Amino acid sequence: GRAAEACVGQVVLPGDLLLLPAHYGEDAEGERLRLSTGAAPPGRLLCGPGLRRSGAGLLVTKCGLLRHRPAGPGAYWVDSQQKRYVPVKGDHVIGIVTAKAGDVFKLDVGGSEPASLSYLAFEGATKRNRPNVQVGDLIYGQFLVANKDMEPEMVCIDSSGKSSGMGIIGQDGFLFKVSLGLIRKLLAPKCEIIQELSQLYPFELVLGMNGRIWVKAKTVQQTLIIVNILEACEYMTAEQRRQALAKLPGN
Amino acid sequence: PSIPPSLSAGDTSVLAGLYGPSETKLSKELPDRAALEVLLRPKVGLPGVLERSREQQLRQTCEAVVLGVLHPRTAITLVLQVLSDAGSLLSCCLNAACLGLLDAGLPLSSLFCGVTCALSPDGTITLDPTARQEQEARAVLTFAIDSSERKVLMATTKGSCSVEEMQQCLVTAQGATDTIFQFYRDSLRRRYSK
Repeated sequence: GRAAEACVGQVVLPGDLLLLPAHYGEDAEGERLRLSTGAAPPGRLLCGPGLRRSGAGLLVTKCGLLRHRPAGPGAYWVDSQQKRYVPVKGDHVIGIVTAKAGDVFKLDVGGSEPASLSYLAFEGATKRNRPNVQVGDLIYGQFLVANKDMEPEMVCIDSSGKSSGMGIIGQDGFLFKVSLGLIRKLLAPKCEIIQELSQLYPFELVLGMNGRIWVKAKTVQQTLIIVNILEACEYMTAEQRRQALAKLPGN
Repeated sequence: PSIPPSLSAGDTSVLAGLYGPSETKLSKELPDRAALEVLLRPKVGLPGVLERSREQQLRQTCEAVVLGVLHPRTAITLVLQVLSDAGSLLSCCLNAACLGLLDAGLPLSSLFCGVTCALSPDGTITLDPTARQEQEARAVLTFAIDSSERKVLMATTKGSCSVEEMQQCLVTAQGATDTIFQFYRDSLRRRYSK
């Protein structure tokens, strides 16, 4: 295997074994594995998506670029390009209501199972004051429970009971799907694409970690222009994007 | 679904499409693992017994590397369409399956590749034989070899050969896997450089 630090920023393939420096101990769920019996205190290391612990090192399970965060608890993860979403606890996603079963809504979030959403999981909802949710509505919420063994559960309130932007997404607008890597790029702080687009027309944008984006601008034409640019952003370089934006009427 | 570009070995070309992890019927779901299904469609005609046996071989190879325990009660479907066949079809399908799994982002414990050897009547070993060489050969062996320790995941023989000859073919095939895995690495490097 190769040293993990040497591979940061490079493409790694499944089956590659990355060796950790001797002074890192792995702390997972309270277990401590000491790699060396030296006097140096073991540091904590988080194993992110695309990696699994394996003996003395990390086994790569997905292909992509290896990333590293040295600060806080140090973390290694693999940045891979994927279209299929797998629910993860805490992710904010856009779901489409497919069924109402008693007191619970079933939402399609693009994973292997529909997620469930209780009618009480909205801000200010009580048994008498039910939210007005119909089949086919779009909901922006976060996962409360999402693991491989259970059906995923969503809520539209955060831990303090406030909605903080979550809930039913309003009328009109346009929903489309992009790859997960593009969503992560758009959600990065000070994303250039969003800044350049906001100088074009005013619009509302909701980004779901499951690859779904909802856009609404003043007219249908403006909405479609923004949709086309966001879909094409995946394959365009920054220069090509600026050229495309410059060609639009009104610029 | 994710569809990597079709894979060609000489003139043999196979297109792979991968769907999953997705919802599955209650009768097909496994409680602790993902249910992997492979569908192989020939270029002309309906799939027959040969395609079914190839599908099972591909399925067993893929199940050995895919970490299905991370996605229980789901279905992973791999569809392979033969675009042209000029020999070494099974190893081309194996390579296409591996690249499809990589492209879709499914968790894998290692990579695998397929190598076909043709053993001619006088004992010479030819790798990646054409259809003509396969017909003239005494035996045609296909191996699926994994990337971490070059171990054999699947071996198929058509024809007859001795145990020593099979061992020799295996050693030659293991030597050839370095080129194939380097090709995987280079094409992925190009993909992630954009």
